[in-house]
Amino acid sequence: MNETLAQILIIVGVLLGTVTIAAGLIYVERKMLAVWQQRLGPNRVGPFGIFQVLADMVKIFFKEDWIPPFVDKKVFVIAPTIIMLSVLMSFAIVPFAPGVVVADLNIGLLFFLAMSSLGAYTIVLSGWASNNKYSLLGGVRGAAQMISYEVFMGLSLMGVVLLAGSFNMTEIVNAQKGMWFVIPQFVGFVIFLIAGIAETHRLPFDLPEAESELIAGFHSEYSGMKFGMFFVGEYLGITLVSSMITVLFFGGWLGPAFLPPIVWFLIKMFSFILFFILLRATLPRPRYDQLMSYGWKLLLPLALLNVLVTGAVVLYNH
Amino acid sequence: MLSSVRSLWMVFLKMFKKRVTIKYPEEKPYLAPRWRGRIVLTRDPDNNERCVACNLCAAVCPTDCISLQATEDENGRRYPEIFRINFSRCIFCGLCEDACPTYAIQLIPDFEMSEYNRQSLVYEKEHLLIDGMGKYHGYSYYDQAGVAVGVKPKGGGENESEPVDVRTLIP
Repeated sequence: MNETLAQILIIVGVLLGTVTIAAGLIYVERKMLAVWQQRLGPNRVGPFGIFQVLADMVKIFFKEDWIPPFVDKKVFVIAPTIIMLSVLMSFAIVPFAPGVVVADLNIGLLFFLAMSSLGAYTIVLSGWASNNKYSLLGGVRGAAQMISYEVFMGLSLMGVVLLAGSFNMTEIVNAQKGMWFVIPQFVGFVIFLIAGIAETHRLPFDLPEAESELIAGFHSEYSGMKFGMFFVGEYLGITLVSSMITVLFFGGWLGPAFLPPIVWFLIKMFSFILFFILLRATLPRPRYDQLMSYGWKLLLPLALLNVLVTGAVVLYNH
Repeated sequence: MLSSVRSLWMVFLKMFKKRVTIKYPEEKPYLAPRWRGRIVLTRDPDNNERCVACNLCAAVCPTDCISLQATEDENGRRYPEIFRINFSRCIFCGLCEDACPTYAIQLIPDFEMSEYNRQSLVYEKEHLLIDGMGKYHGYSYYDQAGVAVGVKPKGGGENESEPVDVRTLIP
């Protein structure tokens, strides 16, 4: 009975925690972008503008939720929920601290990859259902980008799996007690980072929603809370990829004992979230064919080579 | 690839630079003395209106936002009976100031003129006329040029000779 209660508490805590962090990122992103562009950022609502999140939420809830007459209505309504669902499902396997994990699956990593593949549907379906050429172009781009970057996203993680000898996230973290995997798997880390950015379609890989060419890409026709779900889904995706990087390459909750494990996890996760925002503040968007050739001609061979070398080293040491 | 990393680092360092924006309503920005903002009509040192209602400002105005009606006082001095500027059309180009022969119309460093009602942006002469001389102190048009209209006698201006009696000019 007590264990069930603890499990329910963990589920509720993870759900509320991740959604709160994702909502808080609205403020964090605006403020940090401002900081890196030598501006002041939001500073009107509350001290240092921290209630900007509340103001934005209230605003987006009161917006008219308009469904255009020309759209495929059912798919149009379902599409935004998929991204939130798949990302929130992925959080189930993230170990935040020893024992604080919703589902300690023995194939946790595969579950994460499967869920992030499902996330591609939200772009494809919303782009298709909007019945609008900009949305369709965004959807097509998004599908191609996510599918091609998923290939070596999975491959880049194989090095970690080879070293840890398990797909289980908790065991992967425990395998990093001696050394964080970022050192032996540096190539894998860089590839996973790039693939993670492409997977959450954040800048500089935001081609599906490239606002200068495609208005807003796949979510041009969305308004109100449906648009809000894309927004929160994107921030959830950033949080997810940041926590995955933390777990897989930076030793998850491991750290010197003067801080509790969950704090170490959050510190690492937030530094990657900030890195994502720094990327947005810095880099311009590549051309579509550059993105594709970059993925297939550079990162995929590199990921394969990484798996090969790691496998050879593991076999040699065995 | 390396240049991307380098620019990431450079953008990161911007964090420690001075902010370029200010908290506007609490902190006012510095406006240069020649900043082109709200338009005023100025007076000469004798506290008379400088405007001689020549209509040059209305003619040069690219948006036709200035309209005025000339009239004369009992001495024959021209002045505008009405002077109206529609600031909802004004683009603050400053051509009226350049065109003005008497320094009467001037643009001043003030831009805080928002209104809830569009009609409130139409300024009449009593809203435009100020009690000072604006940017050009001590300048009086009629002291430099112009006809005798009660301000000065004939030939009484600066840099102006006494009128010559044509009958005594005969050699």
